[in-house]
Amino acid sequence: MIKVQAEDFDVGAELAALTEGNTAIGGLAVFVGLVRDMAGGSGISAMTLEHYPAMTEKMLAEIEAEAQARWPLEASLIIHRYGRLEPGDRIVLVAAASAHREAAFEACQFLMDWLKTKAPFWKLEETDQGAQWVDARSSDDAAAARWVKRDPDAAE
Amino acid sequence: MKLLYFAWLKTKTGLSEEDVNPPESVATVGELLTWLEGRGPEFADALSDREAIRVAVNQSFAKNSDPIGPNDEVALFPPVTGG
Repeated sequence: MIKVQAEDFDVGAELAALTEGNTAIGGLAVFVGLVRDMAGGSGISAMTLEHYPAMTEKMLAEIEAEAQARWPLEASLIIHRYGRLEPGDRIVLVAAASAHREAAFEACQFLMDWLKTKAPFWKLEETDQGAQWVDARSSDDAAAARWVKRDPDAAE
Repeated sequence: MKLLYFAWLKTKTGLSEEDVNPPESVATVGELLTWLEGRGPEFADALSDREAIRVAVNQSFAKNSDPIGPNDEVALFPPVTGG
């Protein structure tokens, strides 16, 4: 399930709803991203998340479908907020549920790594030095690249 | 063709969206970027670092060689930073 919203979310209520009535689920892995108060040595008073709504929905659905195809998931959930957020606020929630923990842990990490590099969100940080757009990090590209499948027929 | 601009591409061009009619010779994403660059100093500045620009055609990531047409929605934005 995909939710893109300005409002905050209740982690406990979301997870309870996700697993309710499905007793095949033996493990649920969750990641929650929060707004930090520091970036690159500058204090951050707030950040505004801009996004491209039509593409956000499409990309998050593709990422979730890819996770469902790769792991035996019983349930999955991506919630991503947009708009102005302050330090300590929740930004994103990713959850993956499966019969066993390995698939849940891996799928949760995969969902987050791919979301970071494929979902069209941009952060504008309000710092002591004024507002500035956050640059993409090469470490995020490297994290996403771990999950790229190797084509066994491809030449080395 | 509908163009959308996000993040600092919106700031630099001063536009969030516009309708354009590029000449018929503009048939790919790369040719569109080159045509846009010639429209004025703010576009030349916004598009000067091609490595820093990502393009989506009809809400899917596109390469410079991908074709574009008059009914497409083309979005220009920097590398994404969500999560």
